[in-house]
Amino acid sequence: MTESPLVRVALRVFSGGVLVFLYLPLVVLAVYAFNPSRTLAWPPTGFTLNWFTQAAANPRIIEAFWNSILAGVGATAVALILGTLAALAVQRFEFFGKETISFIVILPIALPGVVTGVALSTTFQTVGIDFGLATIIIGHATFCVVIAYNNVIARLRRLPRSPEEASADLGADSFTTFRRITLPGMRTALLSGALLAFALSFDEVIVTNFTAGPGTETIPLWILGAIQRPNELPVVNVVALVLILLSVLPVYLAQRISEEAGGIAR
Amino acid sequence: MTPSAAPIQPTAGRRFAAWLHARPRVQLRLLLAGPWVWMVLVYLGSLAILLLNAFWEKDAFSGQVIPFTWTLDAFETIFTVDVYRTIAIRTISVAVLVTLTDIALGFPIAYYMARVASPRRRRLLVVAVLMPLWASYLVKIYAWRAILQGNGLVDSILAPLGVEGPGLTEVAGSWLVLSYLWLPYMILPIYAGLERIPNSLLEASSDLGARSWRTFRRVVLPLALPAVVAGSIFTFSLSLGDYITPALVSNTKFIGNVIYDNSTLGSLPIAAAYSLLPIVIMVVYLLIARRFGAFASL
Repeated sequence: MTESPLVRVALRVFSGGVLVFLYLPLVVLAVYAFNPSRTLAWPPTGFTLNWFTQAAANPRIIEAFWNSILAGVGATAVALILGTLAALAVQRFEFFGKETISFIVILPIALPGVVTGVALSTTFQTVGIDFGLATIIIGHATFCVVIAYNNVIARLRRLPRSPEEASADLGADSFTTFRRITLPGMRTALLSGALLAFALSFDEVIVTNFTAGPGTETIPLWILGAIQRPNELPVVNVVALVLILLSVLPVYLAQRISEEAGGIAR
Repeated sequence: MTPSAAPIQPTAGRRFAAWLHARPRVQLRLLLAGPWVWMVLVYLGSLAILLLNAFWEKDAFSGQVIPFTWTLDAFETIFTVDVYRTIAIRTISVAVLVTLTDIALGFPIAYYMARVASPRRRRLLVVAVLMPLWASYLVKIYAWRAILQGNGLVDSILAPLGVEGPGLTEVAGSWLVLSYLWLPYMILPIYAGLERIPNSLLEASSDLGARSWRTFRRVVLPLALPAVVAGSIFTFSLSLGDYITPALVSNTKFIGNVIYDNSTLGSLPIAAAYSLLPIVIMVVYLLIARRFGAFASL
């Protein structure tokens, strides 16, 4: 279909406007990170790097950062294993309830986080599980499973079965075939699933708020608390800027992985 | 010649593999055991426990729920106290509004990315849309808080015009910020959906005499619909459950605030009973979305 030049120009201008909308808040925050004033009044009053040194020396921020990483790694590992197992079962077997699996794994991410959060927190209390990093990981893994599942099942559908059959014909047992043929075929799907799951966990605050308990703080929980403490606002600006800059990393890695996957698949 | 031609001794692993190979049912059970225990027992089990709490009585003094003492008090409160209905209507309206806003903002840019932009510019745009998606959720709400609050950016732009900004009180703040937050979740599925439409279909349409607008309406839109529905799952559900955005950029309460406040300080049965509302809405929504083929576009 050929759009008229007028439509093309209109689309270009509109898209530019949407991009400005998407980036405006991020730019504003970046500016505030260098603002010597403690308030968020506009315009900024000058330039300082003072808040960066304060943020780097804050032990609570550093601990929260590590907790976020540990929770992310734990949740990602669990989600990858569970999602891959479910995807293998759905792709390779016929069984009762097969259609329901895609529905059940999507529920934790489609139902509002607050519901998942209350449900898990009520259950932990009822069963008598202590809140902490482990409960955070359980919560995060639950809504990350769908990401691993979707990535792996999409890849399994596209992977030809002939190399696996050849491997079996050549005398490899099913574990060896899985390790040497199937797993390498799923590699990029697992990588991009892991990346997405980790980022989702790293950023999650709604379920975390319910499953963390009083002792364990992640970066989003720290920010949530600090936003309400006027004294810490300048440091929040710095942490926010660092998080925005860090988000370049997953985007870059995801692009690299999808390029590599494109090379294998086609 | 190397002496590797000796017969391979079957190891325990090999014997187990051979044993499994003959038993596909056992393989299936082993594959499903982990996911089943986690998703059904832990997750659906938790939802069931929450559901039970909606029907249990609360001790008047301690505020603790007394298990297995049945009552419909929580439901009675929810259906008789007006505030709960007002909040439900407000939340659902805003969630619908946010979804429509994101379709209106997201469809044109997704269309531009998929069908107009050069391949190089298309790649740049995908990255440009992805970046804010990965930037932290709280950071983005916080940024809007800074922009909207008194003496913030909006006020400083509006002040010379003699207009006062909305500040951090109006429900419009939640609508604006939620639309902002979930916009990339709408753009990306629509972009992927539009990109998959083969050019041959569009050429066929124009060969058969359809003008651009007609082709767009009769060919592109129906084919893009599953992707739009897929995007709307996120924008709608995320708006429906959010309690942090309404708390930080407006002073209005959403369904999520009622659930959160009641689960921590108020009454767990009320939180549990009220949770049923978004659960029912989303399950119905998902079942409809699945009929539209939206799951394949997620």
